[in-house]
Amino acid sequence: MNYNWNWGVFFDPSPEGVGTYADMLLSGLLWTLATALCSWIIAFALGSIIGVMRTLPSKLANAIGTGYVELFRNIPLLVQMFLWYSVVPEILPQAWGDWLKQLPNASFYTAVVCLGFFTASRVAEQVRTGIETLARGQRMAGTALGLTTAQTYRYVLLPNAYRIILPPLTSEFLNNMKNTSVALTIGLLELTARARSMQEFSSQVFEAFTAATVIYLLISLVVVTLSGLLERRVAVPGSR
Amino acid sequence: MSATAAPAAVKPMISIDSISKWYGPVQVLKDCTTQVTKGEVVVVCGPSGSGKSTLIKTVNALEPIQKGSITVDGIGVQAKGTNLPKLRSRVGMVFQHFELFPHLSITDNLTLGQRKVLGRSNEDARTRGLKLLDRVGLSAHAHKYPGQLSGGQQQRVAIARALSMDPIVMLFDEPTSALDPEMVGEVLDVMVNLAREGMTMMVVTHEMGFARKVANRVVFMDRGEIVEDATKDDFFDKPRSDRAQTFLSKILAH
Repeated sequence: MNYNWNWGVFFDPSPEGVGTYADMLLSGLLWTLATALCSWIIAFALGSIIGVMRTLPSKLANAIGTGYVELFRNIPLLVQMFLWYSVVPEILPQAWGDWLKQLPNASFYTAVVCLGFFTASRVAEQVRTGIETLARGQRMAGTALGLTTAQTYRYVLLPNAYRIILPPLTSEFLNNMKNTSVALTIGLLELTARARSMQEFSSQVFEAFTAATVIYLLISLVVVTLSGLLERRVAVPGSR
Repeated sequence: MSATAAPAAVKPMISIDSISKWYGPVQVLKDCTTQVTKGEVVVVCGPSGSGKSTLIKTVNALEPIQKGSITVDGIGVQAKGTNLPKLRSRVGMVFQHFELFPHLSITDNLTLGQRKVLGRSNEDARTRGLKLLDRVGLSAHAHKYPGQLSGGQQQRVAIARALSMDPIVMLFDEPTSALDPEMVGEVLDVMVNLAREGMTMMVVTHEMGFARKVANRVVFMDRGEIVEDATKDDFFDKPRSDRAQTFLSKILAH
């Protein structure tokens, strides 16, 4: 292999005219983080609602929840990304579609919504599993005390379910973070897109992707550490 | 001082009127009828799978029924317009597996219902909860979590939690079946005291010693039917049905 290693390339000026390649990667990292965090907020909130719906006694709520999960879990993320970016603005009323298309950072908002809806289906499954893992007796105990269904979820079922599913939720969070790289296909200049353009301009493919890999690993490390701290913080005394 | 003094006023607190229940094609309750009057202690017993746990759970509508009707303190459990959460808050229930809320401290377990259902202030709920905790002999454990208590202690807390709502009647669904033998006594003691104070109680249990001590009546179930509904003395001394005789001979053999 005839490769010209150059680890100093990160400090070379980038073709954008301002800053270095390192600044370019940093800007990619910030977009990755912003996309991951914003989409996670949607995923967590919507996923919790859908997951709860799948455990309610109402048949209608069940059907809606199941339909949502099957739809968003079974279409490849890449396809969903294209649908949100290219198809949705066309089928909306024209004024809305035009507004969407000329929005600054449209690819960012699209990626946030797309990932949020996609990951919500996965969060929903975790929430449902968490609630179903709790013995039926917990729901009965809340109900027998006179709590309404909403109160039983709020004060009894969800606090326990979230504790149970904290580890799988962490991995869903990480999946969501890694999935942001799919948004490069709709033009979001996140970390992977930045590494790729660095490779194209500098021809230093190994350096560019080594940097991207290390950054992704570091984010994961930080997330796993924080999740571990959170888990210890919310642990119930006397439980396993 | 008789432990089983007849209740002063004969007013049905719980009235179960020809109820039937199916799980799909399987009928689990067959035309069951019985009453519990105010101040009365009724023990429901029978072989496993006889429907006794299901029967007691129909009283506060934890289990729906398809036929018949139930009233609690004159309020129809199945009636349209009945505020079920409110009705349930007046019916204390103790479960086989305790079902304390594992993420809440003992104090919070005792105050959650009072605060969220009855709208009591934190202060009032706490005072009431700690008083009941003292009554079941667990004052020292107020700050602990359910997972740090033994089964018997958890069940005593569960009884205190039910009592914290100032119920007009208490339902017990096999309260000692999940306990190690050495812990059965401490739970039964609390229940006996409760009975002697005049609480209206419906108790699903195999503890015939408890039935003999405090029950007014015994309801014997088998295969979804109420086979025998008799005063305690009649049930133990001269059970009419073969099925009750067989059951008693098995359960009292040891």
